[in-house]
Amino acid sequence: MFDGYTTSELMSIFAMQGFAGLSLFSVFVLMALGLAIIFGQMGVINMAHGEFMILGAYTTYLTSGFFQAYMPSLFGGYFFIAMIMAFLICAAFGAFIEWAMIRRLYRRPLDTLLATWGLSLILQQAYRSIFGPREVGVELPEWMMGAIQVTDMVELPINGLFVMIIALLIALGLYLLMYRSGWGKKVRAVVQNRPMAEAVGINSGAVDRMTFALGCGIAGIAGSAFTMIGSTGPSSGQAYIVDTFLVVVFGGAQSLIGTIVSAFAISQAQSTMEFFLSGSMAKVLTLLVVVGILMLRPEGLMALKIRR
Amino acid sequence: MTTPSAIQWFKTREGIYYMLLALLLVVILPLTLDPFRLSMTGKYLTYAFVAIGLVMCWGKAGILSLGQGIFFGLGGYCMAMFLKLEASTPEATAIQSTPGIPDFMDWNQLTELPWFWQPFHSFPFTLLAIIGVPVLLALIIGFTMFTRRVGGVYFSIMTQAVAAILTILIIGQQGYTGGVNGITDLRTLMGWDIRTDEAKMTLYFICVALLFGCLFIARMVQNRKLGRILMAMNAQETRVRFSGYDVAAFKIFVFCLAAAFAGIGGAMFTLIVGFMSPSFVGIVASIEMVIFCALGGRLSILGAVYGALLVNAAKSGLSESFPELWPFAMGALFIGVVMAFPNGLAGLYQSYIQPLEDRLFKGKQAEISSQSSAPISQPSKAEESDGYDSSMDNYSAEKS
Repeated sequence: MFDGYTTSELMSIFAMQGFAGLSLFSVFVLMALGLAIIFGQMGVINMAHGEFMILGAYTTYLTSGFFQAYMPSLFGGYFFIAMIMAFLICAAFGAFIEWAMIRRLYRRPLDTLLATWGLSLILQQAYRSIFGPREVGVELPEWMMGAIQVTDMVELPINGLFVMIIALLIALGLYLLMYRSGWGKKVRAVVQNRPMAEAVGINSGAVDRMTFALGCGIAGIAGSAFTMIGSTGPSSGQAYIVDTFLVVVFGGAQSLIGTIVSAFAISQAQSTMEFFLSGSMAKVLTLLVVVGILMLRPEGLMALKIRR
Repeated sequence: MTTPSAIQWFKTREGIYYMLLALLLVVILPLTLDPFRLSMTGKYLTYAFVAIGLVMCWGKAGILSLGQGIFFGLGGYCMAMFLKLEASTPEATAIQSTPGIPDFMDWNQLTELPWFWQPFHSFPFTLLAIIGVPVLLALIIGFTMFTRRVGGVYFSIMTQAVAAILTILIIGQQGYTGGVNGITDLRTLMGWDIRTDEAKMTLYFICVALLFGCLFIARMVQNRKLGRILMAMNAQETRVRFSGYDVAAFKIFVFCLAAAFAGIGGAMFTLIVGFMSPSFVGIVASIEMVIFCALGGRLSILGAVYGALLVNAAKSGLSESFPELWPFAMGALFIGVVMAFPNGLAGLYQSYIQPLEDRLFKGKQAEISSQSSAPISQPSKAEESDGYDSSMDNYSAEKS
């Protein structure tokens, strides 16, 4: 498949596709981190995760419209406000869903999967009724447009870089929160031994709700970032959900580092192959390899070493 | 079936339930519906095959496969490939640049039939493939997953991923599979025109007959020791394993059984509807099949048939008149079934209507029903919570 390319051309192709893969990687990381928290820490499958992401995207869309109409002078900075709004709205909605639905189903993980799928259908149709079936996009502020020219064949778009930086910042923040804060310690205590954690005075119900809300909030930020590199439609979330689940499972469900590594591997593989094969075959091959590896090594790349 | 015990069986409560279903499908619906609606009902019934498989697999054994559309689709595509080859005789396709191959291949500049299409010239091979291909894939998936003790939500996600892969593959390989449109324009089966009203009627009855065949196989599995081991595995997998049973083997068996049912359903679907497309394979279609089973009652094989009929009838009814309402209804159905009545219609029937029946037919009926095995074995509340509890335990064990 490399026939007819010179070495330097190949190098630029890999660099360009590698960078294209990096924006896919950023979306994967942002979505998968939220999912990894909910799935890895609580064992809950949230099939509506993609719809939470789209909620964040629509929030960004509305905020950008608001800024355009009322505060055009501040338009350059709207994205930061939008991101905070997306986080807060999604987290609040997530906390509500946890209270109304998920907490009644903790003992039945398979049923949670079906119930959240129902939620995702409802949300999708709600988006369709409110925002219309067509995809919407936001207008990028001036400073985010354009690209940095690295060599004459390789150029890096600024919005992609920006999204990537956000993804890495969120990942770092999440790591600090989970492994370096008192609250993270509580979450991990509840995951490892719920009755014991309750016995030492941790309110496990409140921890669950906060964890779920945090996961949904991160999905909101993911959606917000997503608007920077693509347009949003009512069912865009569903397009990513299976990939994201595979990213989380492939990385090893309870490992944040594993999630990031697997997001990197999957997005790079897919994006590099896309140049040489058709897009659909690249995706098929990537998913097949991931599924194949998971069949041989079900615990994922980075598994916690715990005696069964 | 002329032994006294068989006649006795029809007098039991379970026998009466089966006879009522037969009466509905064989007599009432064909007499009251016009050929078009009857053919639609036949289409819904093909989903009932999948739902029965899911009852065995998910309800009984606790394996939630979100990829039943894979097997439904494979069965359907096997049948569609045979029919398409029959429709693409060199005479019928004389205007193509390569006569004798299916039209979509010609549009995609293929000049000869791919190797995996060749065997589908033969009808016996096709029949074999309709069951064989889904079962083989289920065997591979089941063997790799269950022998490594992968279960619970992991298994669901993996089956969903396989469904996604297959859909993308079918859509991407347009020249070999017909792409997103699927395999269309199917006309005859062994020279028999399947598009006439009489043919649709006949196909409906074949479908009903096959459905009852599957129902009896499922019932047989459920009432033997095999079925009880499946239920036990769902509740206390570790205890079953420590009792010396090969848990993985039982899981593989029930997964393959469900795949075989789904394959038959898919083949009947192709015959009744006249085409097959990737939209019946994918994630959305596969997870919708779960709701047929969940609404009917995840533990009841008869409930699954009613669930498939009801959901699909509601779907076409609602989406004909209020297309934007259907996703809301479907979503509410998913949430409602899970939150409010996890044992579906069969569970509601057992807790509300059956006691009434008992009071009405006290005496003679009570004596008969006491010797019949319960048609729907519903665990008591205590057992139920126990089952969920342990499945959670297993799950967390697998997770680590």
